Amino acid sequence: MNAAAAMAEHLGTVELRIPSKPEWVAVARLAVAAIANRLPFSVEEIEDLKLAIAESCTICIQHGAGGETIDMTCETLTSHLRIVIRDHRYRLRATGSEAARAGAAPAVEGLGIFLIQALMDELEYSIDPQMGTELVMVKRVGT
Amino acid sequence: MDIKVHVRESDDDAYVVELGGEIDVYTSPKVKDAITELIDQGHYNLVINLEKVRYIDSTGLGVLIGGLKRVREHGGTVNLVCTNPQIKKIFDITGLVKIFGIYDDETGAQKAFA
Repeated sequence: MNAAAAMAEHLGTVELRIPSKPEWVAVARLAVAAIANRLPFSVEEIEDLKLAIAESCTICIQHGAGGETIDMTCETLTSHLRIVIRDHRYRLRATGSEAARAGAAPAVEGLGIFLIQALMDELEYSIDPQMGTELVMVKRVGT
Repeated sequence: MDIKVHVRESDDDAYVVELGGEIDVYTSPKVKDAITELIDQGHYNLVINLEKVRYIDSTGLGVLIGGLKRVREHGGTVNLVCTNPQIKKIFDITGLVKIFGIYDDETGAQKAFA
């Protein structure tokens, strides 16, 4: 986290829980667009966010532990948007280094993670068929 | 959430799959079914028109890649029509611009089969 982010004013946190089913992913996508509109993101950046969140939810559905719901937490600050996507079964709260190790593991390969990494400024994730799935990502304003 | 799939034969024996709406984990099976049906019928040169597609994610890309792999086994190919900058950006990021022919209109995509 850089100095600007550390001094950022906290604007609010939005939480959303959706059923872990394909037909509900669009709801998360549209919700994050509405939330991102509260910050000075460009239209292109908002499209990036929509895709990253949809990919995250898709990963929970396709590679997750089969939980019934997906939780999305969007923390809005003046400098950035921090989003946590977690499936209902996620129990092990990984620390940064643990998450990085989990991210390095070849549990899930594919375009989804690749796209999220390309579109977001920060990503940590842990995907485990038994323990559940968690993705933590940051999109900074004006980058 | 919607996806519209319209399949038609073009003048040069290729088939055009015109898509409209959003292609994601929910709607991509419908796109896959349309492409699979064409290939099963022996049509191996496909134009997939994405001009009316507002959104595509990795599951949509996966369907397109799967279709391309299958038609290539029979000497065919898949050409895309796409001018939407946001969608073209996704093809750029993933490197898929190198494996798909991407054209600004159907005429260009069909001429590429010749």
